Amino acid sequence: MNGASRTKLNELPGKIAFGAVAAVMTVLGWAIEPIQRLIGVRRMAWVFLLPNLAIFGVFILFPMAMNFYYAFTGGTQLYPQNRPFVGTQNFEQIYTCTNYLEPSSCREDLFWRAVFNSGTFVAFHVVGLVFFALVTALVLNAKIRFRGFFRSVYFYPVLLSPVVVALVWKWILQRNGLLNGILDAFGREPILFLLNSEWAMFWVIVVTIWANMGFHTLILLAGLQSIPAELYEAAQIDGSGPVLSFRHITLPLLMPNVIVVLVLALIRAVQMFDLVYVLTGGGPGSATLLMVQYIYEVGFASQIQRFGLAASASVTLGVVLLIATLLQLRLSRGSESHLA
Amino acid sequence: MHATDVLSYAYLAVGVIVMFGPVLWLVASSFKTPAGLLEFPPTFLPYSQQTVEVPGYDEPLPLFEVTLEDGTTERLAQIRRVGLQAQMVDPDDPDERITVGLDQREAIRELRLATENYTVPLERFNFLTYLRNSVVVTVVATLITLVVNSMAAFALSKYKFRGRNAVFLLIIGTLMIPISVILVPVYLVITQVGWVNNLWGVIIPGAATPTGVFLLRQYMLTIPDQLLDAGRIDGASEWRLYWQIVLPLSAPAMAVLAIFSVMWRWNDFLWPLIVLTRSELFTLQVGLNAFQGELNVQWHYVLAMTVLTLLPITLVFAFLQRFITTGIASSGVKQ
Repeated sequence: MNGASRTKLNELPGKIAFGAVAAVMTVLGWAIEPIQRLIGVRRMAWVFLLPNLAIFGVFILFPMAMNFYYAFTGGTQLYPQNRPFVGTQNFEQIYTCTNYLEPSSCREDLFWRAVFNSGTFVAFHVVGLVFFALVTALVLNAKIRFRGFFRSVYFYPVLLSPVVVALVWKWILQRNGLLNGILDAFGREPILFLLNSEWAMFWVIVVTIWANMGFHTLILLAGLQSIPAELYEAAQIDGSGPVLSFRHITLPLLMPNVIVVLVLALIRAVQMFDLVYVLTGGGPGSATLLMVQYIYEVGFASQIQRFGLAASASVTLGVVLLIATLLQLRLSRGSESHLA
Repeated sequence: MHATDVLSYAYLAVGVIVMFGPVLWLVASSFKTPAGLLEFPPTFLPYSQQTVEVPGYDEPLPLFEVTLEDGTTERLAQIRRVGLQAQMVDPDDPDERITVGLDQREAIRELRLATENYTVPLERFNFLTYLRNSVVVTVVATLITLVVNSMAAFALSKYKFRGRNAVFLLIIGTLMIPISVILVPVYLVITQVGWVNNLWGVIIPGAATPTGVFLLRQYMLTIPDQLLDAGRIDGASEWRLYWQIVLPLSAPAMAVLAIFSVMWRWNDFLWPLIVLTRSELFTLQVGLNAFQGELNVQWHYVLAMTVLTLLPITLVFAFLQRFITTGIASSGVKQ
């Protein structure tokens, strides 16, 4: 008796959503269809592109060009007409060092600390992330029960916001926290993890891996599952064991996915900000200050907003990202030709 | 074969603890009283010392079970600690003070959920306002992202026109440029448009995402053009071809972009932090950050509000986890 009414109830949200979409699209059509009569089918492509290109132009392309203007002008004013041209002074400011390996010898020592910190962070974060994502994907790809459940377990932290992740771990790492409780159970002295430079960087790397590895695991797992099972069966018939199969089937066929994951992780690591900002605030001192936080501090957070410095640091970051992107294109082309 | 199975399950078991443990720990801790939070070593369950109101003292006093000289035990409340001794008082006989050695007593603990951690800070941590702002930003931004990007992807995949490759390359070229690289000039644009302290200032700049255009274009390329030609012969307008033929067929790719967009927008932090300075406009992430900055030491409130903040996304995930994980996995294969 209630079977029919229940299905109707279940369909209701879908029907409402569909009706709403159709209504909105029809109304939009009243505005757009007359244009087609005016300019013809061919040029409609530009009409479809227009909203995207407008936002893209105003909020991405124009700012990218303006960034250079800011980098070559000085003062603390936001409005371009009030900013005096200073040539390469901003770049000189951040690039003047007596010894490039020693941040304290630089005029803008904070920037160089951020560069070095980002370098350390990116190297360990990316290697650790890809390693754990790969191992987890391989384990999840084996014949295990409850695969869906475990997959979700590893993915769950990805959904948590960086602020939440940072607070969760700040709580665990504090003086009276869980980790010091465990150390205490083993008779060790408590450690002030976030107040010690090396420990702080270590935990920044661990926590960012914890928060992000689920995403990369999913991509690698999908890659593993797209490898045809017949290949493994054939290898088994030929008498090759699991190690050989991994070496000669899994690894080469998974390589494109590994490269995608590697480059995605690299680019995200270079852009890292929020999680670290809340977890350590860049501290202790400037031990975990990363490049994006430097830009934020110099341009927005400090009393004197030095937009020129922030912009020239951004240009530097942009160049790094460009190199990473080119690297990706190069690598993915290389791996494809390798496969072919 | 058996050994690897055992290893696999051991790895997964450790994984469950490492991935869920920290959040569970947070949730359990959020129900502890400030005194319970200071206890070291910490316990998982929210135990706290029992307190008792004693006439003549303003604050409730902590209760202890004390072994007296004659071997009997008694429940006494502590007035203050002096070195290795404590001044205690019998709650039923508040005039007589008893001095007790610290090793002769044990705290009386009880299991109690400190729900006041959740109710008290809500006056300052305006959860419902932040939640509303976050939901508005996430939903509106995702809808705009879907429409705007699918329109562009439709143009780039279903029309041949001069400049098509140039436009596509221009968009793809900025795929890796995050807003953090162009913070200053985007902020300038936002001030010029008058969108500082306006949710539109958070929503619009990220709406034309190159990732979205790329993802949808690749998918739409697989839809046969003959379908559109058939529609044209039947007299359908280009707009109707877009939303009645191509959009429904692109549903899987649209779903993936929707998942991504919701994740990006819900967790977005740096840009809202810059655009929004009035607390009634804060999103959950910005609000939580401001709250923890203000109350650095009041962990019992910060923990409870963190739990509130992670609750909505956790509920969504609990219901849609299969849909979300398979959706994201499929986006990786197409790369």
